[in-house]
Amino acid sequence: MKVRAFEHSLLLMLAVALLAMAGVSSAAADWTDWKNGTSRAATVEKSCVRDAAFMRRNHMEVIKHARIDTVRKGVRGVDGSLSECIACHVNKDDKGAHIPVNQEGQFCEACHHYVGVALDCYQCHSTVPVN
Amino acid sequence: MNNSQDTNQKRRQFLLKGAAVTAVAVAPGVMLHTAAKAKPLGDAVTDAVRWGMLVDAAKCADGCDSCVQACNDENGLNLLQKPQGASDEMWDEQIPKWIRNVKVKDNLTGHVTNLPMMCQHCEEPPCVDVCPTTASFRRADGIVMVDRHLCIGCRYCMMACPYKARSFVHEVVEHKLTRAPRGKGCVESCNFCVHRLDDGKTTTACQDACAKDGHNAITFGDLNDPGSEVSQALKEQSSTQIRADLKLNTGVRYRGV
Repeated sequence: MKVRAFEHSLLLMLAVALLAMAGVSSAAADWTDWKNGTSRAATVEKSCVRDAAFMRRNHMEVIKHARIDTVRKGVRGVDGSLSECIACHVNKDDKGAHIPVNQEGQFCEACHHYVGVALDCYQCHSTVPVN
Repeated sequence: MNNSQDTNQKRRQFLLKGAAVTAVAVAPGVMLHTAAKAKPLGDAVTDAVRWGMLVDAAKCADGCDSCVQACNDENGLNLLQKPQGASDEMWDEQIPKWIRNVKVKDNLTGHVTNLPMMCQHCEEPPCVDVCPTTASFRRADGIVMVDRHLCIGCRYCMMACPYKARSFVHEVVEHKLTRAPRGKGCVESCNFCVHRLDDGKTTTACQDACAKDGHNAITFGDLNDPGSEVSQALKEQSSTQIRADLKLNTGVRYRGV
């Protein structure tokens, strides 16, 4: 009887785990919507800095490295330059105006909202390319 | 490498020797100077260059604020909006200013001097000394800057600066330029238009505006290059550091003060 209950709970855990994974993967599919957007990135076949899976996990480290090089050493035009990320990933509306990347459902916000991580870059940085 | 350096040295010596002749030969008022070297985009800055400025206060026109306006445009300071309910007086005190128009009057003679006062880009900057987070730092090429990623807004540097060169951003900033990030709670000051220099340009916005108005009060360039316009100008005539007694070896020098 006890063994049976154990098996039962195992099955239940497995089912819960499978459901959770399905939930994550369906949400993950939403994050790649930028490929259908109006950004420059949507038109590019190959990923520019690193592949999407790497960037999803590590973009903050890439950006941080670039920020130190740029601010403190004057190195510009590097991989992981935030202004380049924005210039490429920013979508345009019907009138051709840039939609801020931290606006609801946009490239940065959609993912950060999902994982519940504060998006601090734009307290100082522009959310659209402005020259 | 050595050969090209030798060549450059010879070229400089030739230019130095021939400076008086070329001034006449080329055209009146046109001098030949070595152009500042542009750094490749992906390279780190080095101490081979020290950016510096000479301000001739005698050429600085009374009532002119071209340099201030150009600085505001270039660095997005004119995008800042007055907080609701703030008086004009308070806003004027709080709005970040990278260049201040300073008017000095000699009470004995009545002589009035106008000059732009900004970060003096000291070799020994007091702001860097006091910064608890290393946000205030001096770049290898002599530019004193604030790394806003590390700035906690304590404002020690504002207290330490003898030139009142630094400003604090008190409110949330809605509109900003890509080249000039800015946010609430950080200190900032003149950075010699660092984005221009990093992109290979060799002038600042204030200098360009002053020249455009025909005043030519601001000369900017590499202090380490004896052939640069600013080095030549400093060599030719006397200049002063403001608060030279502090022995900060400022990167901004003044004439006619």
